[in-house]
Amino acid sequence: MNQIAAMTDKLRNRFADAPPWVRWIGVAAVLGFAVYLPLLDIPGLNVIRTDYGGSGSDWPSVLFLVLIYMIVAVGLNIVVGLAGLLDLGYVGFYALGAYSVALFGSPASPVTVWIAEKFGLETGWAVPFALCIPIAIMLTIVSGVILGAPTLRLRGDYLAIVTMGFGEIIRITARNAESVTGGAAGVINVPKPPGPEIDGRDFFNTVDAERWYWLVLAVLLLAIVVARRLEHSRVGRAWMAIREDEEAAVIMGVAAFKFKIWAFAMGAALGGVAGLLYASKYTFVTPQTFVLNLSFLFVAMVVIGGAGNIWGALLGAFLITYLPERFRAFEDWRPFAFGVALVVIMVLRPQGLLPSRKKALEYKARQIEAEGIKA
Amino acid sequence: MDWNVLWDGLPDHTLDGLTRGAIYALVALGYTLVYGVMRLINFAHSEVFMVGTFAVLGVYAALGATVGMGWPAVVGITLVALAAAVAASASTALAVERIAYRPLRRKNAPPLIFLITAIGCSLTLLEIFGFVLYEFFGSPFGRGVVSIDPIFPSRNLVETDLINITNVELLVMVSALVMMVGLDWFVNRSRIGRGIRAVAQSPDNAALMGINQERVIMLVFVVGGAMAGVAALLWTIRYDVTKFDVGFIIGIKAFTAAVLGGIGNLRGALLGGLLLGVIEVYFSVLVDSSWVDVTAFVVLVLVLMFRPTGLLGESLGKARA
Repeated sequence: MNQIAAMTDKLRNRFADAPPWVRWIGVAAVLGFAVYLPLLDIPGLNVIRTDYGGSGSDWPSVLFLVLIYMIVAVGLNIVVGLAGLLDLGYVGFYALGAYSVALFGSPASPVTVWIAEKFGLETGWAVPFALCIPIAIMLTIVSGVILGAPTLRLRGDYLAIVTMGFGEIIRITARNAESVTGGAAGVINVPKPPGPEIDGRDFFNTVDAERWYWLVLAVLLLAIVVARRLEHSRVGRAWMAIREDEEAAVIMGVAAFKFKIWAFAMGAALGGVAGLLYASKYTFVTPQTFVLNLSFLFVAMVVIGGAGNIWGALLGAFLITYLPERFRAFEDWRPFAFGVALVVIMVLRPQGLLPSRKKALEYKARQIEAEGIKA
Repeated sequence: MDWNVLWDGLPDHTLDGLTRGAIYALVALGYTLVYGVMRLINFAHSEVFMVGTFAVLGVYAALGATVGMGWPAVVGITLVALAAAVAASASTALAVERIAYRPLRRKNAPPLIFLITAIGCSLTLLEIFGFVLYEFFGSPFGRGVVSIDPIFPSRNLVETDLINITNVELLVMVSALVMMVGLDWFVNRSRIGRGIRAVAQSPDNAALMGINQERVIMLVFVVGGAMAGVAALLWTIRYDVTKFDVGFIIGIKAFTAAVLGGIGNLRGALLGGLLLGVIEVYFSVLVDSSWVDVTAFVVLVLVLMFRPTGLLGESLGKARA
């Protein structure tokens, strides 16, 4: 494992030292490959397709899910990786995003029916998809602030439990408040983004998953750019200062509470967008989709990949989503393998598979310190 | 909201809440002890409880327990089940400590990582009982609800218009109280307990005074696990069912109870557990039982907002009056 780590380190150093045009070509090549990926048909490379050999899950759909979880990982990386706040209820924001597009955008949802009745609109009225996006973002940000305001003053481990409670409350509410959310049956007819008709089908439909993949790829790129800019801004430095030592940061004049709320809100918004896209592709939402285990999965993506490093989070999201789909034959064993892997990876490599440089150094220092105490 | 229903059955509901709460309190001890010594939430503790319930099930099956046995057989089998549950839970807790926490302590890893390995352990244990063992042995393992023979016959001891007290409720409460008082004595009065408190107060100074920190940590996990084992037996006697994920909700509630009373504080765990149990039962009578699991979270958030140190304050080191 350490040899692999040394190799990736070397690769990263060479990439960082290369002239800008080489780096741009590298980025363009990776992007080009990412765009081509759902159509992948190169002999030899075909093996990575999840439907290799004719059976298995639909490859573009798997890629779509990978990207959705990558958006989630980018968002959660802001909260867990940068600001150092352990959020175990992230699925709550994901669910909120999904439910807001479903409740406002679907003509079949109790909310739109109620609004239509109230204001005398024609039956079948619903909020257009484009308007659902700001609604979803607003709702998740507001809920992030509402959740964060009382809890972010707490110590880290309390925060973990309270956020976990938040995730569960969202799910239980979605299940029980039947007159608003449709209860256990959920909401159907979630709207899709508009687009020209091709071959007699809508541009975004339930069959051609690669179009959804490209859409989400664009959103993911946007999310990465936003997250990167945030990370290297004043806000990002404040987050990292809080993560490293909150008291010291406060003494230096960082308004810790404000920035923590910010981190929560930004993370929540990205989680909401991911949930929105997910619900839109699958055209229905039910409370069963948003179980607590999903929250653990999200945190695991960020931490296994290497908390604080956006590329690590992406790697984690990829591994955790792709590997189980590729090895569907062992489907029932997956949660078990996942639990064992979580323990083994974290015990052997607590800094994650692909940590940020700063983190890697920090862990080395911590280990030396620990050995020093023993000696 | 139907207050009359609550008022009419108030003594009964209170008793029901107290028995529930006694079990929460026993599980809460595990969280509180570990937190007091290591400043760590042992996420896998809920599964420690679950393993205990399955140990009881195993003993019942192995000894051929059936409903309607004579009292000597019932008492004998219950005692064996108690021993088995305590042993199983304590060794699970110890195994979690060895596998998931100790290597990280050696590496001086930040607290976040402990939480992740704990979640990993929790998931692994869940899957072992919910799936892996089912593959090899079939039921009672697996994802369904497992019913346990109520070999302990429930009888009304006191039967009035106002309140019914069954022997099971009495047994649960008395044994929980006995365990609590015993543990309180152990931590506050015994020599080993002094070591535990010393490590909780200041690990470095305790080490200088010749206390073996690793041993104290092991001990704390074993004792906390044993309490969860007792709780597991009481749970099976009271509710007659278990499930591979039975620990999850109980774990959350026990943790809430620990925080409510002041995490790290043994007496706080008892108070918090009983209080939470009663609140929960009242709430489910008043509103609706499908919302009952939300209560614990709401209580938790309220406590953390208005009194984050809990009702009795949160230090294990200063637990002695």
